[in-house]
Amino acid sequence: MKTGLAALLAALALLAGCGNNQPWHGKDISGLMPELAFELTGTNGQTVTASDSAGQLRLLYFGFTSCPDVCPDTLARLRVAINQLPEAKREQVEVLFVSVDPKRDTPERLASYVNFFGEHVTGLTGTEAQLRALSKRYRTTFGYDEPDENGNYNVSHSSAVYVFDHQGRARLLMRPDLSAQAISEDLARLSREHTGT
Amino acid sequence: MPDASALLPYDYSPLTILAFVLVLAGYGIALLRMAPDQQPGPVRIVAFTLGVLLCYGVMQTRFDYFSQYMFFVHRGQHLILHHLGPFLIALSNPLPIFRFWYRALGLANKPWLAPVAWLYRLLQQPVIAAVLFVGLIYFWLWPAVHFDAMLSRDLYWLMNWSMLLDGLLFWWLMFDPRSPAKTTALGYGKRILILALVALPQMILGAWIVFSRDMVYDVYEVCGRAWPLAPETDQLLGGLLTWIPPAMMSILGILILLRRAMHADTPRPHPGQPRSLVNGGVS
Repeated sequence: MKTGLAALLAALALLAGCGNNQPWHGKDISGLMPELAFELTGTNGQTVTASDSAGQLRLLYFGFTSCPDVCPDTLARLRVAINQLPEAKREQVEVLFVSVDPKRDTPERLASYVNFFGEHVTGLTGTEAQLRALSKRYRTTFGYDEPDENGNYNVSHSSAVYVFDHQGRARLLMRPDLSAQAISEDLARLSREHTGT
Repeated sequence: MPDASALLPYDYSPLTILAFVLVLAGYGIALLRMAPDQQPGPVRIVAFTLGVLLCYGVMQTRFDYFSQYMFFVHRGQHLILHHLGPFLIALSNPLPIFRFWYRALGLANKPWLAPVAWLYRLLQQPVIAAVLFVGLIYFWLWPAVHFDAMLSRDLYWLMNWSMLLDGLLFWWLMFDPRSPAKTTALGYGKRILILALVALPQMILGAWIVFSRDMVYDVYEVCGRAWPLAPETDQLLGGLLTWIPPAMMSILGILILLRRAMHADTPRPHPGQPRSLVNGGVS
């Protein structure tokens, strides 16, 4: 009886170890969305396209720098998740923070904001038309509230992080309730998949 | 402020536009060319055009944008695609138009039409039609399937077109103007039974959405709403739209069929037919 149980456990462990069918922590979106493509403006005012970060594991996130809680929380979680990766893998990860509030988020303001969240974050923004095209491509949207007496307004945007693998294919959608640990494990797995180790 | 750009498609689909243009043009051409005594009256023409334009409106105007980013607008979109639009189109009785094109295109002896006709007859089996009608609603509202459908452009279009085509098939089966006594059209009793039976699971699903405490459809949360509406309100409104209007349309359909069945029971003299034959040769 005991040996039978042990054998069963060993078989299970083997299955879990080599099987690629175990679920991801994030939501698997393979085949549901087009590969990564965009044309936006970087923090130096230069044009940035997806090919500038080709070969990297890219995490696309929409937000704005005046965002009270969701954006800093998500970016902080991503930083923790990336820092948990082995150093060699860390270099292959890039967070693309796309501000959907180009009126307030100038390249300079965006630069100082993303620097706060570590070296793996790239700040991007664009004209409203460019941003609409990109958000539509990934089936999300954003909208602006009426400004208050101080000119401050809230912006609604996607709360999820889109993960694109090294080939630029859409792979995972990280819901906002996912922990840094879970994100890190998924990123490591994608990275292993790429290097084959 | 009326904004003309709101009438433009959010997600431009050439195939969808082509399909709607073909349907409206086909209807118009047939109207102009067919014998006046076969032409449908103005009420029927308006009902048909309204049904078609409603379906077009929810697929290829700014309405579609709100349907993608608001759950309750999405439910409204499906209410039109699967219920109201096809309901009006079927009720308008486009049979003379079909007959016109059937003759004009010489479809009577086209061998490639045989499998289409076979598939049509299969889908119009009463049990299959009813299960398909309710099944599609449940399938696309299955939370995991719904999530994927809202994320994938291809799945989204497949969802909307499958709802529209199934709506047309179902309501045509319900409102087929041919007499069940003289043709193979489904009997009124069976039609009424089907309408009553399909209302029940829709009400259960709608009520379940309304009374769910958790967010059942979080894709709208994840992908951002069109405007900052409370998620609970969005889900409540969407649930109500799944629950009440479809049930009312079943009732309306049953009333229309009851009226038809009563008319069919009252013997009336038909033009060109001797009165004595209609009354079974009694008088």
